[in-house]
Amino acid sequence: MSSEVRFITKNFGKYDPMSIDSYLSIGGFSALKRAVTMDGEDIASLVGRAKVKGRGGAAYDMGRKWSQARAVKGDHKLQICNADEGEPCTFKDREIIKNDPFNLIEGMIIGGYTVKAQDGYLYMREEYRHLRPLLQNAIRQAEERGFLGDNILGVEGFNYHIHLYSGAGAYVCGEGTALIRSSEGKAGRPRMKPPFIKVSGAFALPTCVNNVESFAIVPHLLLDDAGFYMSYGGGESVGTKLVSVGGNVRNPGVFEIPFGTTVREIIYGLAQGIPSGHALRLIQFGGASGKITDGRILDVPYTYDDLKKAGVTVGSGAILVIDARTSVLDFLRMNQAFFSHESCGQCTPCREGNLHQKLLLEKLARGEATSEDVAMMKKIGKIMSLSSLCGLGETAQSALLSAMEVFPDTFAVGGAK
Amino acid sequence: MSNEPHAAFTLSEGLKREIDAVMDAHDHDATQIVGILLDVQDAIEQQYVPEPVAFYIAETLPVKVSIIYDCLTFYSALSDKPRAKYPVQVCRSVVCKVNESDSLLSTLKKLLNIDVGEVTYDGRFTLEEVPCFGACDKAPAVRINGQVYGPLDRPEKVQALLAEFM
Repeated sequence: MSSEVRFITKNFGKYDPMSIDSYLSIGGFSALKRAVTMDGEDIASLVGRAKVKGRGGAAYDMGRKWSQARAVKGDHKLQICNADEGEPCTFKDREIIKNDPFNLIEGMIIGGYTVKAQDGYLYMREEYRHLRPLLQNAIRQAEERGFLGDNILGVEGFNYHIHLYSGAGAYVCGEGTALIRSSEGKAGRPRMKPPFIKVSGAFALPTCVNNVESFAIVPHLLLDDAGFYMSYGGGESVGTKLVSVGGNVRNPGVFEIPFGTTVREIIYGLAQGIPSGHALRLIQFGGASGKITDGRILDVPYTYDDLKKAGVTVGSGAILVIDARTSVLDFLRMNQAFFSHESCGQCTPCREGNLHQKLLLEKLARGEATSEDVAMMKKIGKIMSLSSLCGLGETAQSALLSAMEVFPDTFAVGGAK
Repeated sequence: MSNEPHAAFTLSEGLKREIDAVMDAHDHDATQIVGILLDVQDAIEQQYVPEPVAFYIAETLPVKVSIIYDCLTFYSALSDKPRAKYPVQVCRSVVCKVNESDSLLSTLKKLLNIDVGEVTYDGRFTLEEVPCFGACDKAPAVRINGQVYGPLDRPEKVQALLAEFM
């Protein structure tokens, strides 16, 4: 039996997202009040014990990230909330911002306290600009009530300010170094690492970057004395996760699931399955940069480890369902069109690789490709993932490379003609 | 629609005041140039940043004009070319495509009598293809000046939507 849980989403619909009084009436900012009585290291280890992994897609241990950011020396440190979810079929952060903006702000303030940052940059994609008034209002009201500003809650030296920044329709700006360039008032082209962001990020200051959902978990976790969160999932995948399901499903949307829910329960239960009896063709996990598989995944539990064993990843939390009306090749061409459009053009492997993969896929679709072309596609895909400047180029060919494993028939062509 | 070059854009005193207000709202902070350009673009009927406006921002913020043009040409949500009062942005991502966004686009082309990138004779609409804007639960969807409309799965819905902007 598939069912949703309410932990990260427990405030959804419970208060007026334009009113701090309404938020306070349901216990808002109690987590922050508790946080300031704790040592930052204890907050980081609480997050670490809950095994929270970065919810933007990289799945880096969040407790460790906060502990490391805390340890970085610097008089002025920054924090960034990455609200630039640009992976196609990913819209979970949108739901958090829309339904629970104050919790996100509270999570950021707790993060600022934990890593000893004085400024938080909330970088939201332009596509969500209709949600800007909600965040502007939440920030202003929090400032008025002293939850943001200097000496917050009377704690001497606890100063934290939030600045709202807007993207402008560039997918690459979800990448950390590109996002930082963009929030410095420049075009968002990624740069080489090192220096690492945690040491030299925005304005060359130590910077800690977290995703919206990652921040949103923290206030709930701090108040979870009953251990509700820890009672879900197991192993490396503790707690709950927001997934966004779209494509050929009857009930697309964002669902909070306990880790361990099977893919079948998510797609055929919560999302109510594929419309009008079409057969399942493929599922893509984690957005356009994610891998694909077929129906063999349905009975696999949705956890970091189980998905990895099955050849895919959690990534951004997106689950894109494609039915038999779309061929694997057509899907790959659409996916490739996205990367050909979004590559920033700065590094050769990504710029040229995406161009040539597009041409080779077209050749395959025309029935003119040879086995040498297929081998070349595989080679380009590997070179891109090994030598691109940033994560965009590194992951652009995930779908194609996984398709070669899962759907070999699509690539079964003859030798040179 | 005409093939004549666009009349030179004149920066009125009224628009200058609006641009000043946008810069005030962003604390005259040059790191917020992207947000400033988005808001200014919104204040201009044809939804773009004309050259005199770019130079005015460069001089008064101040920021290098090369940075402004780097941003205008890098970010797809910003434009240095005239668009229309209502740019109709059609999502071309996989999610909308498998939900028949091709028919949505052809309905729009037919109703507006323009192709992608063209402007209607009255300067009211233009058609743009854009990547996923995170409205996959409303696929197939369009976005007009920041608002999302969907699912537009029947021609009548598309017609009703366009009528709202007439």
